[in-house]
Amino acid sequence: MSKVRVLVGTKKGAFICTADGKRQNWEISGPHFAGWEMYHLKGSAVDPNRIYASQTSGWFGQIIQRSDDGGKTWNTPGSSPDDLKGPGGFPKGESNKFVYEGEAGTHMWYDGTQHPWEFKRIWHIEPSLTNPDVAYAGAEDAAIFKTTDGGKTWKELSGLRKTKGNLWQPGAGGMAVHTILLDPKNEQRIFVAISAGGCFRTDDGGKTWKPITKGLKSLYELPDPDAEVGHCVHRIALHPSRPDVLFMQKHWDVMRSDNAGDQWTEVSGNLPTDFGFPIDVHFHEPETIYVVPIKSDSEHFPPDGKLRVYRSKTGGNEWEPLTKGLPQQDCYVNVLRDAMAVDRLDDCGIYFGTTGGQVYCSPDGGNSWNAIVRDLPAVLSVEVQTLS
Amino acid sequence: MIRVTLPQHLRTLAGVNGEVQLEVASPVTVASTLDAIEAKFPALRGTIRDHGTLKRRPFVRFFACKDDLSLEPPHTQLPAAVISGDEPFMIIGAMAGG
Repeated sequence: MSKVRVLVGTKKGAFICTADGKRQNWEISGPHFAGWEMYHLKGSAVDPNRIYASQTSGWFGQIIQRSDDGGKTWNTPGSSPDDLKGPGGFPKGESNKFVYEGEAGTHMWYDGTQHPWEFKRIWHIEPSLTNPDVAYAGAEDAAIFKTTDGGKTWKELSGLRKTKGNLWQPGAGGMAVHTILLDPKNEQRIFVAISAGGCFRTDDGGKTWKPITKGLKSLYELPDPDAEVGHCVHRIALHPSRPDVLFMQKHWDVMRSDNAGDQWTEVSGNLPTDFGFPIDVHFHEPETIYVVPIKSDSEHFPPDGKLRVYRSKTGGNEWEPLTKGLPQQDCYVNVLRDAMAVDRLDDCGIYFGTTGGQVYCSPDGGNSWNAIVRDLPAVLSVEVQTLS
Repeated sequence: MIRVTLPQHLRTLAGVNGEVQLEVASPVTVASTLDAIEAKFPALRGTIRDHGTLKRRPFVRFFACKDDLSLEPPHTQLPAAVISGDEPFMIIGAMAGG
């Protein structure tokens, strides 16, 4: 029987939640890496027991961890099992050397002056769809790195920062590559999103990139209506069967592109607010998408204290609130950009985590919700693996 | 033999319990002691001082014999009591943050 494994990154450790296909009874393990900020965990599509994790700390910097047994044990890539044996055994892996290629250069600072690029942490890890030793990492300050040896060493794909990087500017949450989408039909094509750098695409495996922002309007942040970079893109999503169709939750506006980002149109429609962070697509219905509207600009909690996921079955414009099982009063949590995921079971499950420490699951495409767990540290990311 | 105490998170990362002991060639300085730590425990590279620049991370402090050595030049020699092994070289995570 199929089962699911939900990987939850929080401000104070990682948690792994498992259940069978009914998704009613959950086992929780953790905290893994207690006390560390776990920005993101994601499993390999070709080897689900291989999971990469970004472990970070304001004190001790960035660590990459890897599990090869589905999250039971972890190690810094580069260590062999023999390294850990005996009284003198300890991890040999280094796996945290993220160095910008060449002269790091400068980007725009909050006040409009130029500011040196400084590596802070990895926000997102995207394992290859075909090779378990290959993965991409999205960094703050914004850059993309690639490993081809299972996370032991990382090399920057510096062409991204050469795409008008001097005009990128951090938002309040920092300036990071927070979304990496791999085209399942074209290994050379990758999409990334950066707050507040914009949205970019490579068609040559990461050597060169171009902004894909035509149609985005950011009138309050970017007076130039034709600005190619600087848009505050919060999240992009695609359905694997139609990788040319992209959906975007921008700082304001929910957007859609039918040509791999070459042109965007707004599909916010009847949403109560067009601000929010995550956006995701139903696994079996490429036109069914989900967002969590959040009150902007400084409050960042659900309107009216009601936690509502909104679903569109028409690829945008027409939205319905999904509330069954979610708190409909006195709820003032946020749902961050990497904290929503969908599984691949026949009845597609939707998952999201909140800054209040709840992780919710809907086993029926959003019609009803249950809390997997309610009292974790603030949730930074949620991923789900569907296991046979 | 130089004795070094590490913060709890770095002990976990390095896979050690309690103090670690290191051979450090003379002259025994802050920098040479950190070099020896990172050589023995590669997983700690980048966690105490940055890759490349080797600058101390802002929320990490160095103490020995009750003195704060955090702002001393990296090639400052450690006190004799540390070199003799009577006192530890202490790496401490600053008490800050949430």
